[in-house]
Amino acid sequence: MGVGIEVLNLNAWYGTNHTLQDINLNIPANHATALIGPSGCGKSTFVRCLNRMHETNPIARVTGVVRIGELDIYDDAKPVEIRRRVGMVFQRPNPFPTMSIYDNVAAGLKLNGYSNKRSLDEIVERSLKNSALWDEVKDDLKKKSGASLSGGQQQRLCIARALAVDPEVLLMDEPASALDPVSTSKIEDLIFQLKSQYTIVIVTHNMQQAARVAEKTGFFLNGRMVEFDSTHKIFTNPTDKRTEDYITGRFG
Amino acid sequence: MPSSLISVEVKVPDTPVSHAQRKPEPASPRGKSGVNASKEEQSAVRTFLLSRGNSAGADRGFHWLMVLCALSIFGIVGLIAFELVLRSQLSWHQFGFKFFYQAFVDPDTHQPLFWDPVNARFSALPFIYGTLVSSFLALLMAVPLAVGLAIFLTEMCPVWLRSPLAFLTELLAAIPSVIYGLWAVFVLVPLLRTHVNPLLVAGLGWTGMFNGDNPTGLGFLSAGVILAIMILPIISSLTREVMTAVPHSQREAVLALGATRWEMIRMGVLRNARIGIVGSVILGLGRALGETMAVAMVIGATPEIHRSLLANGSSMATVIANEYAEAVGDMHLSALTEIGLALFVMTIVVNALARLLIWMVTKGAPVQAA
Amino acid sequence: MSGDAFKLRSRMRGYTDHAVTALSILATVLVVAPLVAIFAYLVFKGASSLNLAFFTQIPKPVGETGGGMANAILGSALLLGVASAIGIPIGIGGGIFLAEFGRGTRLANAIRFTADVLNGVPSIVMGVAVYALIVQPKISWLPFTGHFSGFSGGVALGIMMIPTVCRTTEEMLLMVPHAVREAALGLGVPNWRSVLSITVKTASPGIITGCMLAFARVAGETAPLIFTALGNQFWSANLNQPIAALPLQIYVYALSPYDDWHRLAWAGSLVLIVLIVLSVSLVRYVTSRGVLKGAS
Repeated sequence: MGVGIEVLNLNAWYGTNHTLQDINLNIPANHATALIGPSGCGKSTFVRCLNRMHETNPIARVTGVVRIGELDIYDDAKPVEIRRRVGMVFQRPNPFPTMSIYDNVAAGLKLNGYSNKRSLDEIVERSLKNSALWDEVKDDLKKKSGASLSGGQQQRLCIARALAVDPEVLLMDEPASALDPVSTSKIEDLIFQLKSQYTIVIVTHNMQQAARVAEKTGFFLNGRMVEFDSTHKIFTNPTDKRTEDYITGRFG
Repeated sequence: MPSSLISVEVKVPDTPVSHAQRKPEPASPRGKSGVNASKEEQSAVRTFLLSRGNSAGADRGFHWLMVLCALSIFGIVGLIAFELVLRSQLSWHQFGFKFFYQAFVDPDTHQPLFWDPVNARFSALPFIYGTLVSSFLALLMAVPLAVGLAIFLTEMCPVWLRSPLAFLTELLAAIPSVIYGLWAVFVLVPLLRTHVNPLLVAGLGWTGMFNGDNPTGLGFLSAGVILAIMILPIISSLTREVMTAVPHSQREAVLALGATRWEMIRMGVLRNARIGIVGSVILGLGRALGETMAVAMVIGATPEIHRSLLANGSSMATVIANEYAEAVGDMHLSALTEIGLALFVMTIVVNALARLLIWMVTKGAPVQAA
Repeated sequence: MSGDAFKLRSRMRGYTDHAVTALSILATVLVVAPLVAIFAYLVFKGASSLNLAFFTQIPKPVGETGGGMANAILGSALLLGVASAIGIPIGIGGGIFLAEFGRGTRLANAIRFTADVLNGVPSIVMGVAVYALIVQPKISWLPFTGHFSGFSGGVALGIMMIPTVCRTTEEMLLMVPHAVREAALGLGVPNWRSVLSITVKTASPGIITGCMLAFARVAGETAPLIFTALGNQFWSANLNQPIAALPLQIYVYALSPYDDWHRLAWAGSLVLIVLIVLSVSLVRYVTSRGVLKGAS
């Protein structure tokens, strides 16, 4: 149900800053892929290029090819269409503050004109169950606002919101970095369950997290992708010395 | 290479078995909702979203609608300026620049005559004089009080008193001009007439600026007082704003040198906020220049120039308010419009200058003017 | 410096400090006391003049006592309706442009500056401009032109509302956290929908506050109405004719020689004051509660 992502010669700039240089990789479908690397290495920029969020910044620029499934997202389609097929969960939970829990989850559909009420109810319930939030909020769906939940709950709400539009790919930019350990572990469980249905790309600072949830891992350094391989290999027997240095904590 | 490079045990998740079994999924009563939802529903959502298109047209339309709204602001100011210039052409061609300073002579009384609608002879001089005199008088009275109030509120006021006082100041800034005028006509003017003016005439009559000839109590002074009351809240709250914008470190630096509170205020705050305070004073001036109703009600509406502050006079806004609706002839209307144009230009210049000065303090670092 | 001179200097500094404190307190009292007195006098005089007839009757002919300003209240309501219909949409649109589309551009700075210029234009000059635009020209096929009308008064007031609404809208929109916008974009919501349904909606308490402020300000304006709406002694809801307005009526009555009309002027002032106090208090309440509750 998910699709693979093919990236060819991706370069990205913030103004004159050449943030990503010649990235090439293939992200497999229905797997979780982790991207690790020290702060500022470009991994967040990379995922934002996958759903064309990078270019929302006026000084940002992108060249290269990104193919999601059969679709070249930069040539064949408009950003709005892409973002409905590639969902994103951000580092800090950002539920819509003026909307109830129900409306938050349904936002991606309602704001695009979806009006079938009964079907919406089912979609909201399913999304909340998929993000392991349903039991905690099922009685207050329309009464509580999205912002009144705890941090961990808010992030799961954002995941539900992203899932409701049934994307083919789910991008997660350090989704648990602002959360406590219990919430973090809940979210990692989630990723486990979700990756059989979606292709997941997760940016993380936490190497242990990458080891726990992802089949493949890519190591970014200074805007380049140094190594991309199965997680097991990256963490036990990396090819590149820089990868090994990062893994063992010599920097970053 | 060492077999385990990271300190945490690596359990590479190639199979989802161990994690998923930690928390068993509750059996869902309905077949549709659950982790693996039906494929039909999923693709229904996808199909729906795919059919929505990219709404580039709607986005573009919305963008241009907003641009239109924003540009209309340009359009409005431009239109105002255009109309003012257009409708004042008549008197402009007739009198030229002399419109602003000429003086005629009344053939009967041999007194200077400035505003003669019947004979279509017009000079804006008394109105410019009245506007400037009443405004500067107002500034003279308002600025010390406003700055004093601002200093009190920012540096000395106990916390519980701050909010009510600030609220009161806000309320006073919101009172319409006509209500101030009403109060001035029935309370202020009689007060000045009975108690204050005689004292001024007695004590300061030798300066030539306080002549006891005017028994009505109207005049430049009354206009100045009510204007002072009206511009006080603005000057005060803006001064407070620029004073609060001065970073705390400046205050602390001066205090650390052993300064008294006043010295701290003078050197640490006022010196830095000086430019901004000047700006707020100029903004108050801008407001005073254009004030119409209250001034019209107490200045006496007499197009004459007198040195005495207790004499009747007029102002630019006053004469427009009083005579525009029933103007006698095209030249009269044109002359009034030209006065309006002059007022327009004056207030734009003054306001622009004021905002520039305030911006220099609140946006940039505290400016230490040499 | 010798010891004595130093002690003297220290004492002088102390005295100066106390003197300034005293002066500041004096300034505050000098400002606050008369202003409180004005308020109290207005309330007192207004309350004693206010009765039911004020709200239900139109002014009686000169010489007869009684009557009210009902027509002026109606007229003001109509004028403010026209003004809001013009000022609020354009103002909000301008604010949306400044915050969402033009942020940082030179065009946006120019528009912001122009809005401030418009704000500083004396209201009487606004009346002159609207007179020249609408009241004076006689265009047969355009309604409302060629004569004094409530519509022209409403236009003048509406134009005056635009800068306030525009600036507060921009400020409130800028306060919406970027994360909220990103969330909407990330869902593939079209930009126009995101701006309206999410950003504007999140900032709506503050935007409404700005509209209320602008409304309260123009509700008390007299000068632009003197030669546009002109005023009317009788019942009229026709915007194509001169129409009465509360502040305008107060002005005319205050300057009249009739005691009864003075009484009505005080009553009218009280009504106006109450409206304004309510607006300012409401604005303060909304802003103090945290305009963007839950957004941060």
